Amino acid sequence: MIGLEHYMILTTVLFMIGLYGVVVRKNLLMLFFATEIMLNAVNIGLTAISNHYGDLTGQMFAFFIIAIAASEVAIGLGLLIIWFKRHGTIDLDSLQSMKG
Amino acid sequence: METLLYVALFSPLVGSLFAGIFGASPKKLFTGLVTSGLIFASLVSSVLLFIHLYNGGEVVHVEMMDWISAGNLSVPFGFVVDNVSIVMMLVVSLVSTIVHIYSMGYMEHDKGFNRFFSYLSAFVFSMMILVMSDNFLGLFIGWEGVGLCSWLLIGFWFHKESATWAANEAFIMNRIADLGMLIGIFMIYWNLGSLQYDVVFANIGDLDITIVTWIGIFLFIGAMGKSAQFPLHTWLADAMEGPTPVSALIHAATMVTAGVYLVIRSNELFALIPDVGYFIASLGAFVAMFAATMALVNKDIKRVIAYSTLSQLGYMFVAAGLGAYWIALFHLVTHAFFKALLFLGAGNVMHAMDDELNIMKMGGMRKVMLGTSILMLIASVALAGIYPFAGFFSKDKILEVAFNGHNYILWGTLWITAGLTAFYSFRIVMLVFFGSERYKDFGFHPHEAKNYVLWAMTPLAILAIIAGFFEHQFFEFVHKVLPYYEFTEETHHMVGTLILVTTGIALTGIIIAVLTNIFKEGGISEKCKDNFIYKLFDNQWYIPKIYDEVFTKPYKELSEIFWKLDMKVVDATVDGVANAIYSTGENTRGMQSGNLSYMLRWMVAGLTIFLFSAVAYSYSDVLLTLLQGVAK
Repeated sequence: MIGLEHYMILTTVLFMIGLYGVVVRKNLLMLFFATEIMLNAVNIGLTAISNHYGDLTGQMFAFFIIAIAASEVAIGLGLLIIWFKRHGTIDLDSLQSMKG
Repeated sequence: METLLYVALFSPLVGSLFAGIFGASPKKLFTGLVTSGLIFASLVSSVLLFIHLYNGGEVVHVEMMDWISAGNLSVPFGFVVDNVSIVMMLVVSLVSTIVHIYSMGYMEHDKGFNRFFSYLSAFVFSMMILVMSDNFLGLFIGWEGVGLCSWLLIGFWFHKESATWAANEAFIMNRIADLGMLIGIFMIYWNLGSLQYDVVFANIGDLDITIVTWIGIFLFIGAMGKSAQFPLHTWLADAMEGPTPVSALIHAATMVTAGVYLVIRSNELFALIPDVGYFIASLGAFVAMFAATMALVNKDIKRVIAYSTLSQLGYMFVAAGLGAYWIALFHLVTHAFFKALLFLGAGNVMHAMDDELNIMKMGGMRKVMLGTSILMLIASVALAGIYPFAGFFSKDKILEVAFNGHNYILWGTLWITAGLTAFYSFRIVMLVFFGSERYKDFGFHPHEAKNYVLWAMTPLAILAIIAGFFEHQFFEFVHKVLPYYEFTEETHHMVGTLILVTTGIALTGIIIAVLTNIFKEGGISEKCKDNFIYKLFDNQWYIPKIYDEVFTKPYKELSEIFWKLDMKVVDATVDGVANAIYSTGENTRGMQSGNLSYMLRWMVAGLTIFLFSAVAYSYSDVLLTLLQGVAK
């Protein structure tokens, strides 16, 4: 039987994978993928707990997150394309204009 | 009358500020002319005020504005022109007008021409405040003002090490005395609640005599510093490093007479404490003799005159200490005339000799400098106290005062000093203006000073001759403010003899000076120079050396210890704090590289730490019990 614990383990593992990706990846596109994985890991957690308690609030949150993530990706990708056109690279180390 | 008072007081200030505007620019003749003109305006106002007072006019007393009013303390910015301060004002403004005009010739080729006039006028302004103030605090402001200006003027040629040293010495010596003066002023306020002269002197009699004695002592310490009495006398001779007109101004009319003025002004206070007065007189007599001995052997023309100033100040203090205030003031006035003349004459000689001061290198200069030599001769005769010159009248009166109080030791000291005075003043005249022309051996080409310089000095010469005849009028004028001094019957009988005896020793001094200088130049043989007494006098009684050993060197060592302490403790602490902050910044600046992936990593690290601490906090009870379990 698949219980709440299994869902919790899945979401933690997924979140960690995403976090690892954020920390080590240098490619901006890959960073986006990693953030998406983290967001969806949270979504899984929210839905599972919502189902467990019979409360719909968690699932509503999940929907909100999906919508916001979609718009965020749209804006983010747009910026990314402009950056690529300007600098010819989307390597994270090239974004150093704020160096102190 | 008030307008005249303000003109007399403030026109030197205006002149000083005006010349100060051009302080940094090259020589402009009009700064000298404007300042001289303004000082002359001050002189004219003083004369008009004098005429007003002489015709029985009322004392002019103004309160310009509130100055300090805090709690019970109320000190207005007030000025008073009475019969004593007008005498001082006349002397100050007259001598400084002449010095200003003289300086235009003397400082002709100096780069700091404008600056010099600015300082000189500021000096006169300070002195005017000093003598005109109607309270002790205003007097103190003027007192400090002349101290500051003397520092600026003595160190006028600040590129010379010796000049800056002398300026600092004068200033520091005066500071020591000023502390005494300040304590005296505090005590007056503490006990009487006011600093106005009239209030203080009206109530001083109600005070306990010990307190009055202490006040008198502290005020006199202040006077000792300004008037260069022993043991604070060394600065006066060293102050000769300044330009000669400054010496004339400081040592004749102003600054050094401030101490005497203070004692005269506070006569009602000192009259209550005759013991202190007697001490003042004894110190004065000692200084008179002590300074005269140093003047006997010195080879520096200006230093000899400076020592003679010291000696004459001693005379004034004898008179003031014995209660003959008007006689002290009289000697102050006559001395101002002939001493200023003497200094300005020395300035001419110095100028002619390319700033050479050694009288052994001069001689026979009357042939090239007739005018100066006549003026110097007049001043020297007046200083020696020969009838009918001014010095005769005032000095003789002081000797009579000493005799009158049965103070035969004081009288004897002053009597011998009178002989020494005559000797050293004629020693200078003989060595400089008579004898063989030694300057030729040293390659000097002396020349007479400019005509207007000599003309400017003439009024002083006339006054040095005739001032003594106004003794009676002078007494009538000042005794409205100053107490009457009673001569006993016995003294009245002795006056003739006293005058004869004093003139006798003065003439003897002159004759010895003339004879020794005719037969052997310099008057002192090489053999005598090995003499202990000669060495003692020549080294100024070894007092500068003693001060150096007793005060300066230990102070320097102490300063070095404190310096090390400062470096190792205070500086080290401050530097340590700074270094800690600096290295923190150095070590953490890596965080701000601007690289996004670093930032993300730091973000994750921070998040983790916060998460763990949040968990630890919410389970702190559990953790604590766990830890206690481990400890057991």
